Amino acid sequence: MNLDALKIVLVDDDEDDRTFFKDAIEEVDIKTNLLLFGNGQEFMDYITLPGQSLPHLVFLDLNMPIKNGIQCLTEIREIPTIKDLLIAIYSTSSSDQDIEDTFIKGANIYINKPNDFKKLKKIIKDVLKLNWQYHTSNLDRESFMLSI
Amino acid sequence: MKLYLKYDINIIFRKTLENQLDKIGIAYKINGLGEVEFTQPLNPQEVKELTVLLSTYGIKIINDHKTEIVQRIKDTVTEMVNNTTIEKSFKTSVYLSEKLEYSYTYLSSIFSENTYSSIESFVILKRIDRAKSLIIKDRLTLTEVAYTLGYSSVAHLSAQFKKTTGLTPTVFQRIIKQREANK
Repeated sequence: MNLDALKIVLVDDDEDDRTFFKDAIEEVDIKTNLLLFGNGQEFMDYITLPGQSLPHLVFLDLNMPIKNGIQCLTEIREIPTIKDLLIAIYSTSSSDQDIEDTFIKGANIYINKPNDFKKLKKIIKDVLKLNWQYHTSNLDRESFMLSI
Repeated sequence: MKLYLKYDINIIFRKTLENQLDKIGIAYKINGLGEVEFTQPLNPQEVKELTVLLSTYGIKIINDHKTEIVQRIKDTVTEMVNNTTIEKSFKTSVYLSEKLEYSYTYLSSIFSENTYSSIESFVILKRIDRAKSLIIKDRLTLTEVAYTLGYSSVAHLSAQFKKTTGLTPTVFQRIIKQREANK
């Protein structure tokens, strides 16, 4: 067996949403190490530290004070050491235009935030499985897009 | 000024591998992607040296039998998806069991146990990945992509594309064009 734990980051300013996500990911049968951040700036300060080990996947909430998800995404894609991070945007909007814009700005995954715990678990599971394939198989990461 | 490049990842891999293997100084043969056969056994020191040389390029030596089988399944699926003739004339299960000389049931159970996924969904993932590459790099139309990958119709390709990525191929094309325009 060669299933190493996935390092996952969630950046969300809402404490309830963070707890909800944490509980869901713990119930999914994929080994993960989850790191939580309360806003975009906090995460950017952390991830740009020299020699920082990079997570396998970053979930960014779209609406956050100080620095929102799209601002983080845009910055990440411009910093050479972290520009290849796989990014999932986590948003309450389900508008086609918002989804398309987010992908154009370089997101890999767009998640329409579910209200239901069961749905969230299913989404996290599907996303992690696919993410795992992208880390272990020869698949093109630049054209990796999933809207769920 | 912009230049658009087209490249073959297999050639890059093969060249990189050859350059490193040559440094060990023992005759070898590359048996398709992901398998190297040496004419005489390597001593532990040489294996160690090769591990270090290859790690610079993100290439790992696999020893564990199950990991090896999984890797060979992935390589064979890749080869199949990249080759229109094979894709059109064989069933995945038949092709895999003939190539790897194990029953498909055995291969599928090892694969599922070790990858959180089934061979069938991996094939679809790979095929959609190739479809994306044909759209982006080869600039093929959806009709041409569907034909190349052996789909019976554009509608069938579109449906599988949408199911796998959540986006239609048309929206995907539009996103890629916008990304390029913004560069």
